[in-house]
Amino acid sequence: MQENVTISVDGTEVSVPQGTAVAAAVAMAGKSRFRRSVSGNPRGPVCGMGICCECRVTINDQPHQRSCVTICEEGMEVRTDG
Amino acid sequence: MADFRQDYEVVVIGAGPGGMAAASVAAEAGRSVALIDNTAGPGGQIWRSRKPEDMPPAAQEWLARLNGSGAECIYETTAFAPGDSGSILAEQSDGVVEIGYQKLILAVGAQELFMPFPGWTLPNVMGVGGLQVLSKAGWPVEGKRVVVAGSGPLLLAAAAHLKKYGAKIVCMAEQARLGKLVNFGAQLPFLAPGKLIQGAGFQWDLLGVPYRTNCWPVAAEGDECLKSVQLTNGKSAWTEECDYLACAFGLSPSLQWPRLLGCRTEAGNVVLDQTQQTTVSGVFCVAADAMVGGVDSSLVEGQIAGYAAAGQSSAAERLFFARRKTKKFAEAMENAFSLRDELKNLATDDTIVCRCEDVTLGEIKEHDNLRSAKLQTRCGMGPCQGRICHCALQTIHGWQSDSPRPPVLPTRVESLAGRSSDD
Repeated sequence: MQENVTISVDGTEVSVPQGTAVAAAVAMAGKSRFRRSVSGNPRGPVCGMGICCECRVTINDQPHQRSCVTICEEGMEVRTDG
Repeated sequence: MADFRQDYEVVVIGAGPGGMAAASVAAEAGRSVALIDNTAGPGGQIWRSRKPEDMPPAAQEWLARLNGSGAECIYETTAFAPGDSGSILAEQSDGVVEIGYQKLILAVGAQELFMPFPGWTLPNVMGVGGLQVLSKAGWPVEGKRVVVAGSGPLLLAAAAHLKKYGAKIVCMAEQARLGKLVNFGAQLPFLAPGKLIQGAGFQWDLLGVPYRTNCWPVAAEGDECLKSVQLTNGKSAWTEECDYLACAFGLSPSLQWPRLLGCRTEAGNVVLDQTQQTTVSGVFCVAADAMVGGVDSSLVEGQIAGYAAAGQSSAAERLFFARRKTKKFAEAMENAFSLRDELKNLATDDTIVCRCEDVTLGEIKEHDNLRSAKLQTRCGMGPCQGRICHCALQTIHGWQSDSPRPPVLPTRVESLAGRSSDD
């Protein structure tokens, strides 16, 4: 059996299989808008490999974390700009 | 500076197929080898999977060889800058390490080429490989309508993968002309029989999914999120509703590291000798051709670089013929999927080109080179350091990137502060 970890996305709890990227958990929580751009446009992940930086979210109070290359850990608190 | 320093005879940056091959053969030759990667395990983007048993057979073979080679694998470690003398600085979760080398092999891979068009910044417009790797990391695609667009064999591979994960592929839009693809297909049995079987396999997987050639996206539509995409074949345009648009126009090699180390590049390629050595003595590079020939070519080039770095020149030479074959295939592919000029005119004046700083094509219009556009508009000065927009502008305007500066990847301020205080 694959173990699950539970994280919170904007206050909503999401349970995901171990090894899931934070970006994927955010999408599972039904969010498509990860952040607002410098002029306020909605943005979400693009490259999936940590290069474009469009998927930035706040993780455990650390802003600007790339959610596509960060793996979910039990109890993580994730905040999007949405 | 760094919290501690560790020295090796050969250091390999990047644990994709090329890096795995390079590290394996160099370690088998008796050298002390470190293989560094910023992700949690080996495989790179192409072989990435949540569990090792999900990797394809070739990946498992190389993984076993790597594990038995004696190479030290150092994961979750981001090489971000050159050190002072024959070393690189790398960030780990608890600090910075300095890793010294006698020979350095760069196997840093490639990234997708994204071309700006109206609406390309909307959430759920993603890369082709981008959506594929995210779905491997748990991104939900089951039951989602996906349009796969852009160019290259990755479209077919990604569509097959997404379909297996339960996505509904609305269509595939390949910008290349049918005639060129037919020519390429006719050459395949001579160039690479293995690839032909792979290609036929994908066709089978995708039976019932329209694969349109001479077809490309002109606009993505939606307010806060993608709702539909407008496609064209040059004569008429139509709209396809979808949940995701996976769109990329091939791959381009990552040149930040070679440039940072002073390796000469020409027309988007690192200049290399027969043994994959760059113009900087002792620094080798794998799979950095603009053509980016795929796994086979990375494995061959990785082995050549690994043997050469370990001083086993005759073992390296024995692979030159195999490399010529993979290069021929890559050239034929590059020609078949060459980008049409219409793609350079998709962005309008108010289309954002630099996604980090929200700079539009209109704003950079009056500039005729990247440096001037950068200084006046901040185009390419955001967190991605121009990785996305500079590649696009190189394709649209033929602009060459200027010299990169460290850090190569986003790095904690403490890591950089520690570095400069010692400089």
